[in-house]
Amino acid sequence: MVGITSFGAYIPKLRLNRKSIAEANAWGNAGLKGMAKGQRAMCNWDEDSVTMAVAAAKDALRGVKSSAISRVFLATTTAPFLDRQNAGIVSAALHLGHEIASMDITSSQKAGTTGLIAALDIAKSGEDNILFVASEKRRTKAASSQEMQYGHGAAALLVGADKPVAKLLASHSRTVDFIDHYRAEGRDFDYQWEERWIRDEGYMKIVPPAIDAALKKAKLKADAITHFVMPTVFPAVTRSIGKAAGLADKALRDTLGDNCGDTGVAHPLLMLVDALQDAKAGDKIMVAGFGNGCDVLIFEATKELEKLKGPRGVKGGLANGREEKNYNKFLTFNDLITKEFGIRAEADMPTPMSALYRKNDMVLGLIGGICTACKTPQYPKSDVCVNPECNKTHTQEDYTFADKAAHVMSWTADYLTFTLDPPGHYGMVEFDAGGRFMADFTDVAVGDLDVGMPVEMVFRVKSVDERRGFIRYFWKAVPRTA
Amino acid sequence: MGAGIRDKVAIVGMGCSKFGERWDVGAEELLVEAYEEARKDAGITTGEIQAAWLSTALEDFNVGKSALPLSMTLRLPNIPVTRVENYCASGTEAFRGAAYAVAAGACDIALAAGVEKLKDTGYGGLPNRTRGINSDMIRPNNTAPGAFAQLASAYRAKHNVKKEDLKKAIGMVSEKSHANGALNPKAHLQKAVSLDTILSAPMIAEPLGLFDCCGVSDGAAAAIITTPEIARSMGKHNLITVKSLQLALSNGLEAEHNSWDGSYFHTTRIAAKRAYEEAGITRPREEISLFEVHDCFSITELVTVEDLFISPEGGAIKDYMDGFYNADGKVPCQIDGGLKCFGHPVGASGLRMLYEMYLQLLGRAGKRQLKDPRIGMTHNLGGMPNANVSSVAIIGRLD
Repeated sequence: MVGITSFGAYIPKLRLNRKSIAEANAWGNAGLKGMAKGQRAMCNWDEDSVTMAVAAAKDALRGVKSSAISRVFLATTTAPFLDRQNAGIVSAALHLGHEIASMDITSSQKAGTTGLIAALDIAKSGEDNILFVASEKRRTKAASSQEMQYGHGAAALLVGADKPVAKLLASHSRTVDFIDHYRAEGRDFDYQWEERWIRDEGYMKIVPPAIDAALKKAKLKADAITHFVMPTVFPAVTRSIGKAAGLADKALRDTLGDNCGDTGVAHPLLMLVDALQDAKAGDKIMVAGFGNGCDVLIFEATKELEKLKGPRGVKGGLANGREEKNYNKFLTFNDLITKEFGIRAEADMPTPMSALYRKNDMVLGLIGGICTACKTPQYPKSDVCVNPECNKTHTQEDYTFADKAAHVMSWTADYLTFTLDPPGHYGMVEFDAGGRFMADFTDVAVGDLDVGMPVEMVFRVKSVDERRGFIRYFWKAVPRTA
Repeated sequence: MGAGIRDKVAIVGMGCSKFGERWDVGAEELLVEAYEEARKDAGITTGEIQAAWLSTALEDFNVGKSALPLSMTLRLPNIPVTRVENYCASGTEAFRGAAYAVAAGACDIALAAGVEKLKDTGYGGLPNRTRGINSDMIRPNNTAPGAFAQLASAYRAKHNVKKEDLKKAIGMVSEKSHANGALNPKAHLQKAVSLDTILSAPMIAEPLGLFDCCGVSDGAAAAIITTPEIARSMGKHNLITVKSLQLALSNGLEAEHNSWDGSYFHTTRIAAKRAYEEAGITRPREEISLFEVHDCFSITELVTVEDLFISPEGGAIKDYMDGFYNADGKVPCQIDGGLKCFGHPVGASGLRMLYEMYLQLLGRAGKRQLKDPRIGMTHNLGGMPNANVSSVAIIGRLD
């Protein structure tokens, strides 16, 4: 029986206070005042759909050998690259090796659920340890309803037949060219149609038949469902769908609107992870994904669920937040205003593809070396051991730093350097088991850092080559969370 | 170690341009300004120079590559001219090249000249620079103040110093240098600054405020070197000779091996030990008359006086509080105002420091003149605390 064998989630640490959106924009759009409750998750300037995918995947893969992964899927409509496999970047960051299949799934808000069904279908043929990640960072116009409703986030599932924590009972898909919104090639933003029409002609007519079909396939009655995962930006719509399909009121899962927001393609899976963190063995979880049609999946939680202790998941992600009240920061991070950054920001830094490929493990995988003679971990990996008592040549093997415990050795907060979020925090990060390098800190505020503070490594955007449209990724340090 | 360079070469002429925001001149005019002073001091013609070294570090923003800018600007007589670049130790490297050539007997009279034209970038601070492909892919986009500021966090942790106590001590480092620079007509910044002003200045890189950072200036300096024998034949008396020239470079230990704690300069300690040995100095705190350290930032100076073994480890704060390094202290440091007041036109700085030692040893330092100094030391630190080039030069009277 195939299903989900592990899960993880990532919600960016920054949470934009919705009141700040309303305060800045209600003068022109009074309707925003009514939505000005709670917070929405927002990416830091150095986060995108790929970095969030890596973070969610790392959460799901705690205790799983990276060499065991057979395939990686990334579902998103906000991939940083149109022609460079984004799932391949995720794979490189996770150091999954070259002998795996990978695929980006995109172009619809149901890409997360459609892709998950495809992954489960592949698992049925006997393939295990398929990593399925959905991640979304939708760009919205300033002062739009979507700016209030959306959030950034990612979820990751490991799919296979090896002791699933939730086994798949049935799935059903419908494809309908229903255009509640669209985003054409070369356009920055979605074009939206009226919400009342989307509710009446879209959700209410497209989703219930899919639910019925999936229940029939699973040979279940509607009231057997204990968790109903159905993202919509209006909780009332989720309730209406549940009612129309005969689902119990108490089965309706919270859509995480209060302090996360709708994370698009990732949201059905993010809510599924949230449900799995609450579920008990035997619980039936229905997941619906809406967008140019609808997918419905029904899972049953197993006893394995109680054994899975690792993931921080949605609960951990929601708990690890920092409120951002500065709406201008949101505008700046999302390139929604033209801002002066000074001549220092003009520094041109092209990336030679040949060098990046040669150093792919070092840069994207944070792979260093460990000397086989003296056991000294070191970064970067080099031909000559750095240990002055050793200095042996050609003795180093690959050594993964990304998952190693580290602490701050020295730090500063730099107000001179160019960064979208000054001051730039950086310093020497020292790994407890050996090795160190000068790293950027991210997701920190002035006063957070101190010598000795435990940190962990996260995959982020290092800088953007605006002239050539290239995003440079690397690893940074953040204060370690439990 | 070989026999070393002690007393094998003499400085017969030195020159230094006015440092500052020299909007009116470029690198060429700065070089001529420094060189003409040195040439006249030596009492030679350009035709007598047999080899030359030019130091510039940030060539993309001023003079361009190769040593041609020096050869062309001074109309040197088609002699060998070499450009050297070794971060902030570049000026001392030019001097080292010239001194070694003379000591080796390869030439009789050699010129070392350094220049940097920094104020053509359009913004404050040092220019952005290329760092190599690998570094650009993995290193933070750090600035110089951000790199050196980290010393403070590690120094506080190691010596259990309160944040405000270290902030005050590094403030006193800058206060002292500004007081000295106020007496120097060639300095960029010639105003005394109060400790209160220093401590309340805007933050640049925690904990370094504006006055903890050296200025950014244009400037050039030059030295003419020969053997003591030739110097005497030129009619020179009271010879100033080179006692030692040492250089120590990081090999990755600080940046990649956990044995360094981030609170000191590993390389400077090594270069200093070698320099004292070459110069025959066994008690630096007693024997050094005055010195110039690479005070790119106040914390750099505070840490360096320990690494040069003038202050005991962890003892620099007390020495600054006691006025040990003031103009009227036991071992004056930055008597000309230092990088703090001269700014740091990278290729020129090492030679500018030697210029002040030379003036002081000859009794030509005007209002800044110390009483009967015999041994002067200069120090440069290029790069950043975890990977750097450290140079130590000691010069003194021959008699």
